[in-house]
Amino acid sequence: MNKLGDRFFLILTLFATLIVLAMLGIIVGNIAYHGTARLSWQFITAAPENGMTAGGIFPAIYGTVSLVLLMSLAAVPFGVLVAIYFAEYARPESRLYRWTRMAVNNLAGVPSIVFGLFGLGFFIQSLGRTIDQAFYPGRLLYGQPSILWAAMTMAVLTLPVVIITVEETLRSVPREYREASLALGATRFQTVFRVVLPQAWSGVMTGSILAISRGAGEVAPVLFTGAAYFLPRLPAHPADQFMHLGYHIWVLTTQSTNVEETKPLLYSTVFVLLVLTFLLNITAILIRNRLRRGGTDRQ
Amino acid sequence: MNWRRVVDRVSEILIFTVALVAIAIILLIFVYVGREAFPLVTGTAEGLTLASPFTAPYTWQPVSNTPKYNVFPLILGTIKVTIIAMLIATPLALAAALYTSEFAPRGLREWIKPAIELLAGIPSVVLGFFALMVLATWVQAGFHIAYRLNALTAGIALAFAIIPIIYTVSEDAMTAVPRLYREASLALGASKGQTAVRVILPAAIPGIAAAIVLGFGRAIGETMIVLMVSGNSATWSLDPTNPVRTLSATIAAEMAEAVFGSGHYRILFFIGSLLFIITGVLNWMGERFNRRLRERLFGSS
Repeated sequence: MNKLGDRFFLILTLFATLIVLAMLGIIVGNIAYHGTARLSWQFITAAPENGMTAGGIFPAIYGTVSLVLLMSLAAVPFGVLVAIYFAEYARPESRLYRWTRMAVNNLAGVPSIVFGLFGLGFFIQSLGRTIDQAFYPGRLLYGQPSILWAAMTMAVLTLPVVIITVEETLRSVPREYREASLALGATRFQTVFRVVLPQAWSGVMTGSILAISRGAGEVAPVLFTGAAYFLPRLPAHPADQFMHLGYHIWVLTTQSTNVEETKPLLYSTVFVLLVLTFLLNITAILIRNRLRRGGTDRQ
Repeated sequence: MNWRRVVDRVSEILIFTVALVAIAIILLIFVYVGREAFPLVTGTAEGLTLASPFTAPYTWQPVSNTPKYNVFPLILGTIKVTIIAMLIATPLALAAALYTSEFAPRGLREWIKPAIELLAGIPSVVLGFFALMVLATWVQAGFHIAYRLNALTAGIALAFAIIPIIYTVSEDAMTAVPRLYREASLALGASKGQTAVRVILPAAIPGIAAAIVLGFGRAIGETMIVLMVSGNSATWSLDPTNPVRTLSATIAAEMAEAVFGSGHYRILFFIGSLLFIITGVLNWMGERFNRRLRERLFGSS
């Protein structure tokens, strides 16, 4: 390869990079341009009216936020414990370690629609029905789609995100901290939970934020586990159904009878979802970059 | 035994139990998705069996007087859309990864990576929306296609979704190639371009293979984008300008209407199991490639 070829190659790869960045720019630009036109405070705080052609999307925002909060309650503690197992307790050659590692890696690759099927087959048809038979005989309460089961389904989906992020941070805590703690007579439990974990709290933050961002954006897992197109009331009970931003976008885009009339509000809804996930992602990236540069939290 | 030791021991048991539960979850997914499809094996699913999705007539027509559940048109549709997406995403993502790891100035590099992470963070329903509202018009006009929604548009939109994963995995692999390789190559008088193509790419090849396989798995399972822009019609055609229907989109579109416990319902869960197995195998291959990369570069995994 001569000098000219070198130059050509550099420009070729630069060009590919620019195409990818331009795609991002065009998508974000288009949605921001059309999405802000009808955006108002009222849009964010009011309920939809007139067959979704007027009013706002507050119930969908409320439903999405409730969903991801419920989801984090399950995914974050559990994910942190698995990460602690990986980074602090597991012996790399043990069978349990290899199997757990394989399970988590596989979980990350399962298509989101399959999680939806799992939520329907396991949480609703199996676990929910069993709860109903045991505690509410003759009634159908937990054996049907609800925000609780949608959140649990989403928790399973986002688990690998939490685990991988927290594990990475735990591993970045210097060995000397653990050795010093153990040498002072602390037990392993004390070392992990009082010395190592406090050093890694920003990893727990990043992991939770990334999981929330993922959970807020995914639609396929909630399609048949609890999301509803329109509800007159906000969800107030774990067995209630809920409205959801992404689901709302899907239904309005593909099943609306008058697309032209709903289009401006639809664009605003997409804009709100995009801003929500971007803010979460940018926060996570910033925390992590600071972390990678500075090592642990306390300096 | 004092109190501290008891807490230590109990916490250890708890943590090991949690690890076991993590293994149980992946098994539960397989068991509970498979369980709803199991009556196909025992022949108690309204006369349907495991052979039904694969026997003639070769059409998918679940809602008709004599429902037809042949999955081959869906498989063909999935392959069509996936191949289009891979053909677009792979060269772009690999070239961008090579640029970022070998040529980009440090300052620029720190902008490119987070930007692509942001692309990864765009929810697929938003990508689908954009593709439906904007991209479909462009593609239809640009290629003079009869149908507004078709395999080509879906493939291009799907490429947006898999570029970040191919980029990230392969960029990681290229960055992981030790500095010594670059320095040795440059010291021997090779140019930066020669180093990139003849030294870095071959050294990182297992990681690049992992990136492609993982991107492929993601493309096969991706649902919302294809559901929104593929046109959702299960036709027998190789023409990329025809509407198509994929395996994942079929589950998403029909599960809400399928009667609980019906043959249709069972077949949809069967398709789910199929997706689970296919992506599981691809994932496992990706992991193998990544392990080979580490062995190659660092002499151990």
